Amino acid sequence: MSKPDLAVSIAGLRLANPLVLASGIFGTHASLMVRAARAGAGAITAKSAGTQPRSGHPNPSCVDFGGGLLNAIGLANPGAAAEVALLIETRAQLAPLGVPLIASIFADRVENFGRVAAQIAEAAPDLLEVNISCPNVASDFGEPFAGSPATAAAVTAAVRKQVSVPIIIKLAPNVPDLGQIARAVVDAGADAICAINTMPGLLVDLESGQPVLANRTGGVSGAALAPIALYAVYQISAAVDVPIIGTGGVSSGADALRMIMAGATAVGVGSAVYREGPAVFERIATEMAGWLAERDLTLDQIRGRAHGRVLWPEAPSTPPVPHAAARATIPQEHG
Amino acid sequence: MITATSGGGLGDRSDGLPRPYRVASLRQENHRTRTVILDGPVDAEPGQFCMLWLPGLDEKPFSVAAASPAAFTIAAVGPFSRAVHALAPGDRIWLRGPFGRPFQLQGRDALLVGGGYGVAPLLLLASRALAAGHRVRVAIGARGEGDLLLADGFRQLGIDPILTTDDGSQGQRGRVTEALAPLMDADPPDALYACGPHGMLAALADLAGKHRVPAQLSWEAYMRCGIGICGSCEQDGLLLCADGPVLVDDPVLREERS
Repeated sequence: MSKPDLAVSIAGLRLANPLVLASGIFGTHASLMVRAARAGAGAITAKSAGTQPRSGHPNPSCVDFGGGLLNAIGLANPGAAAEVALLIETRAQLAPLGVPLIASIFADRVENFGRVAAQIAEAAPDLLEVNISCPNVASDFGEPFAGSPATAAAVTAAVRKQVSVPIIIKLAPNVPDLGQIARAVVDAGADAICAINTMPGLLVDLESGQPVLANRTGGVSGAALAPIALYAVYQISAAVDVPIIGTGGVSSGADALRMIMAGATAVGVGSAVYREGPAVFERIATEMAGWLAERDLTLDQIRGRAHGRVLWPEAPSTPPVPHAAARATIPQEHG
Repeated sequence: MITATSGGGLGDRSDGLPRPYRVASLRQENHRTRTVILDGPVDAEPGQFCMLWLPGLDEKPFSVAAASPAAFTIAAVGPFSRAVHALAPGDRIWLRGPFGRPFQLQGRDALLVGGGYGVAPLLLLASRALAAGHRVRVAIGARGEGDLLLADGFRQLGIDPILTTDDGSQGQRGRVTEALAPLMDADPPDALYACGPHGMLAALADLAGKHRVPAQLSWEAYMRCGIGICGSCEQDGLLLCADGPVLVDDPVLREERS
């Protein structure tokens, strides 16, 4: 029973383990991204940047409601020019650690996605995440581009045309047909998919009758998002063959393994970093390795397992076999 | 050499949502500072902070000045703090928290140093330290006489604070660090606890380091989300809202690592 290799590959890029620091936490400073890398993250995603600096939404902008977080930080970022400097500094510090850097971008219009992608590509990130699914900026930008196959594909094509770095499209959960949107972005040139962004949510303060967040609505992350994210990864992996970074509510080795069984190649971790600190990466990786080692399995062997079905032999007509006894002798097959 | 105080994760996150309180009373502290005293307690340690919320206006972090009942010493510097000053007894105000890592008493002999509004969390620390049997000395620095804060509060605890003002209008003229140099030579404490402007804290870290006295320094920063998500309060790879605001500068660790 040897220690299983947790390394995975996304668009030809090797990650020492599948755990990716998700965009939106620790991604604002090189020092914090390096801290997450040293703590055991397999890859680091910077916070999403746009063409211009944005201060984001007023406070309250993020609260813990017990089952997770509701946030409307509002894509606060220093703008593409400053982001390039931040990414260059971060990449230089991550390189000796062997941890890849994923830049993340957003924009207000399709053509501006191409523009900001070209700018950010100057920093030569290892991968480029295209955030078309932030639920908190509809007042500024309109509905997310992740909402329909046509808009999602248009953004993907605009970015694809501008950059050669592999691109990851970050999708939203609250759409009618995720498989169709996934196919559209892959056809338009996406190398990978990150699923999912936060789910729109609302908290109301009882005493004032007011929404808790200043932006009124926000995005749900954390434990409450886990089954929604699993569903999304399951739908997307049934529709397309590109690697998926399954993100949403992962805080344990079991959560991460479930994501991979649903079809993910890598696993995003965000809110759990808030709850536990960056040490969460080491713990999740250790729990994953332990589970796999106990069963003498590899990540490749369990990936997509949830899509298969356990095959039970036909029940014999006579004589009847007690169910428990039957279970003990029937070999199980996994898809 | 500057490290977070001990504790699991990035702090206790059980108190997630804003909780409604009422204002019990307001106390004028100096020409622009009032303490707002609420109608219930908050389970906070000295050095921790809460997010105070007025729906529709804003939500801001304030260090806990007293825990039972909860109280916050607030200078009127912007729309939110002016609105808090304008509250009347009986008015609603919401808070979430406490957040962040507190001061942790070390040894038996405490020196508390506050600069400007940084005095706010030290009254609670002084009363807890006295209750724990510590010898407690306090130094307060400010620009001028009118900016000195909470001196009477310490006197009510039986502590006669050393006062310094930049312009000499009350107490010793000059910086609080200068006034403390002879004290640190003659009778150094087991630990120094401080809150105030960054320049003062850096100077105190040097002074304490020279005397091999551990320093627990509460760093002021712009904290937006208050819970370690947004990154606005980053300092040297730490999030001051979650890893701090109190960071420990231990001269022995400093030597071992250099």
